[in-house]
Amino acid sequence: MSRGAGEGMKRRDFIRYSSFGLALGSAGISVLAAAKTSAPANSLNPYVMIHDDGRIVIAAPNPDVGQGVNTALPMIVAEELDADWQAVEVVLAPIDANRYGAQFAGGSLSVRNRWNELRQMGATAREMLLRSAAQQWGAPRTELTTQPSKVLHPPSGRSASFAELVAAATEQPVPADGEVVLKARADYRLLGQRVVNAAASDIVQGRPIFGIDVAVPDMVYATYVKCPQIGGVPKTANLEALKALPGILDAFIVKGDAGPPSFDLRKSIHVAGGVAIVASNTWAAIKARRSLQVDWDISAASTDDSLAIEAAALSAAGRPTGDHEVKNAGDSEGAFTNASSIVSGVYATDFVSHAQLEPQSCVAHATATAIEVWTSSQTPGFAQSTLAKLFELPAEAITVHQVRGGGGFGRRLSNEYVREAAVISKRIGKPVKLQWTREDDMAFDFYRSPAYFGLQAALSETGKLTGWRNHVVSVSSDGEEANYGAGYRGYNFPDDVVPNVHISQTMVASKTPTGAWRAPISNVYAFAEQSFLHEIADATGQDHRDFLMAALGEDKWFKPDDLASLNTVRARKVIAAVTQAASWGRALPKGRGLGLGFFFSHAGHVAEVAEVSVNADKQVTVHEVWVAADLGQIVNLSGAENQFQGSVVDGVSALADQRISIRSGAIEQTNFHQYPLLRLPQSPKIHVDFLTSDYPPSGAGEPALPPVAPAICNAVFNACGERIRTLPISRAGFKVV
Amino acid sequence: MQLSVNGKAHELNDADPDMPLLWALRDLLGLVGAKYGCGVAQCGACTVWLDGAPVRSCQLPLAAISGREVTTIEGLGGDALHPVQEAWIAHDVAQCGYCQAGQIMSAAALLQRNPNPSSEDIEGAMAGNICRCGTYSRIVAAINTASKQFQGLSFYEVGQEATVSASDGEVSV
Repeated sequence: MSRGAGEGMKRRDFIRYSSFGLALGSAGISVLAAAKTSAPANSLNPYVMIHDDGRIVIAAPNPDVGQGVNTALPMIVAEELDADWQAVEVVLAPIDANRYGAQFAGGSLSVRNRWNELRQMGATAREMLLRSAAQQWGAPRTELTTQPSKVLHPPSGRSASFAELVAAATEQPVPADGEVVLKARADYRLLGQRVVNAAASDIVQGRPIFGIDVAVPDMVYATYVKCPQIGGVPKTANLEALKALPGILDAFIVKGDAGPPSFDLRKSIHVAGGVAIVASNTWAAIKARRSLQVDWDISAASTDDSLAIEAAALSAAGRPTGDHEVKNAGDSEGAFTNASSIVSGVYATDFVSHAQLEPQSCVAHATATAIEVWTSSQTPGFAQSTLAKLFELPAEAITVHQVRGGGGFGRRLSNEYVREAAVISKRIGKPVKLQWTREDDMAFDFYRSPAYFGLQAALSETGKLTGWRNHVVSVSSDGEEANYGAGYRGYNFPDDVVPNVHISQTMVASKTPTGAWRAPISNVYAFAEQSFLHEIADATGQDHRDFLMAALGEDKWFKPDDLASLNTVRARKVIAAVTQAASWGRALPKGRGLGLGFFFSHAGHVAEVAEVSVNADKQVTVHEVWVAADLGQIVNLSGAENQFQGSVVDGVSALADQRISIRSGAIEQTNFHQYPLLRLPQSPKIHVDFLTSDYPPSGAGEPALPPVAPAICNAVFNACGERIRTLPISRAGFKVV
Repeated sequence: MQLSVNGKAHELNDADPDMPLLWALRDLLGLVGAKYGCGVAQCGACTVWLDGAPVRSCQLPLAAISGREVTTIEGLGGDALHPVQEAWIAHDVAQCGYCQAGQIMSAAALLQRNPNPSSEDIEGAMAGNICRCGTYSRIVAAINTASKQFQGLSFYEVGQEATVSASDGEVSV
């Protein structure tokens, strides 16, 4: 995820606002516990507003699609402000790069990127309250302190609530750099505790907080039908017949762009050609699709066949080196020539879809001079900039409201559905809610790219790794690096651990759109690398845990002070912890096995052990999964644990039987009956252990996913002796039950 | 067509009899707690009660339910929270939250007919509700907590499941 207009706010950008300017009320939706009254309020900075009645409003800057940042980010502010969390109301911040910097949900970066900024925001607001009290009481500032939501002067016994002080505090100058001291971790009251999601009450009562729930006055409903063969555009359609149907207000062709869309989030203004059906309610629009007849122009459409792509990729991955050299360290040829033994394996992963539970929807109101949209986009800033470009309007003419999303996993990084909604709204001159069906969502995703890994290890007589080859094969429409398909990661294994390393890449042509899927690259890389390391341990008669510990090399931080680089001390700690928790090495009955996987991604060191049993029909039961992780400090223990439990479920779900297949450029799966998601009875028991440390917190949404597949596949091998080199494992004849 | 939702009668005279209950609730009555996830009764996000039994409203045409009583998440607890809703908050179940109204309607229906469900009972009753975020272990914990109240026992607080180890030194390498 690229970084946008500002990495949070610099001190000089501190501007006071009399209110947060929340326009979301106009949508008639509640925004978490959004400013429910119009009681007088005072803002100390763009994040902190204190009502006279004691309520403390904290703005949540980044989109929340289930990763919990609408709770975690305000907690960071509240900690340094020393606010009583029970009095805090969370509101969704407007999309405004000048005030809130880069507002996006991706790369598990929300907490990591905003950690310093938000602590500073809380601390400076607290300092303004303290200074204001000191002035009023004629006491030295140094004698004052805070308790949650109040300022105290212990020598005189005086105290005042934040609410009593805030009006005068707004007159204080903003403290300069270095004038505030951030809390020591030992003094935290809130961070690291279990805090219930700020949206929990709204969620359990079914309140209208999701993108699909947005309703604005005079709004009509639309569906948008695109060519199943991706990139095809409509020539003609039976529009008059559609318009005669009950409830149908309009039907028209959007000429749009021919050819598959690009995942370039910053630049793409692609609008796929299609047929818009506008109706007085969602059902009428969906029902009318049954009567729709379209003649498609498929001259620029994809002709992909996933089996052909796979055959080409597997053939390529069988070669030890590929078309493009990515890294060549030491003398890998020599290492393999002189090796005592060589272990090889080719690993394969398929296209997968995001299948977030809320299908894409967007409410848009576009006129000739202005556009207003309500969207659950993970990149609302790019929604704004690409709309401006597409409609040739100044950025100020585009208002984007962030709305909670029903799952993201990378699917809401792109904004094509936002553009579609705006195009339809402008054409009909009314606000419109565009609703994708589940079938649309599955047919027009930016899929996780398939990736293939031709791995080779050269070993010494003692079973030590002396050489490493990885030929990564992924797909691409133009021969360039695929979008988040698979690639080389710097500052990580096997760099500088294995002496002779050769990494290369080959691209197989494909036009099917690909994009970021939870833990991009790592989600497939971990499966191949960590399964292969187990293969090596097994082939050389070494205990997997001991081999993995040794393979990490000496104690070091690959790029000191860069949290995104591997730290082998932290890595070994989580491997030790998780194997201890799972009683690694214990005797198990026949058909049962433990498997281990470790992966470092998104600044998180995570190790997992799975316990599975496999029967004669290759039915796999995942009994338990143990997770040990070092994410540094934990912001919200309940939220981080929830993300980890969910990542394990997601990992099992994806490895079991999730696969997108393509024929003649069209996706074959249409709905959950052909693309199964894990259900409660299949869900394993999950144990999460966070090895907390003083390091700054890193994100919890992604790093627990990559180790799941190798841990389970290694456990399957230990249970039944069959090595799985293909995801989903259903393609190797296994079934998760 | 007549429809009673959460105890309130509605006349939907102009509505398409084919229209699934889900879209009538969402677009005609403004009750958006029930969610559209798949449209083919695969995911359970649209779960509501029909005469007290959980049903998938995305597959239930209005013509089939005229005159019957519908309960949605908005009407589940009346003026207060239902014990299942309270348990969902106490266990901090939700991630994105999109499926949770459907999960809660299925769970509350289970406890209504079986206040002390076994693990197998819970698995059977909840297998039709997908949670894409993977909150299943918390869903089970919340149902077990709510069942205490259904049995007249006192409500207990959220269980502490994850462990947090102190920093350096505690784990031997």
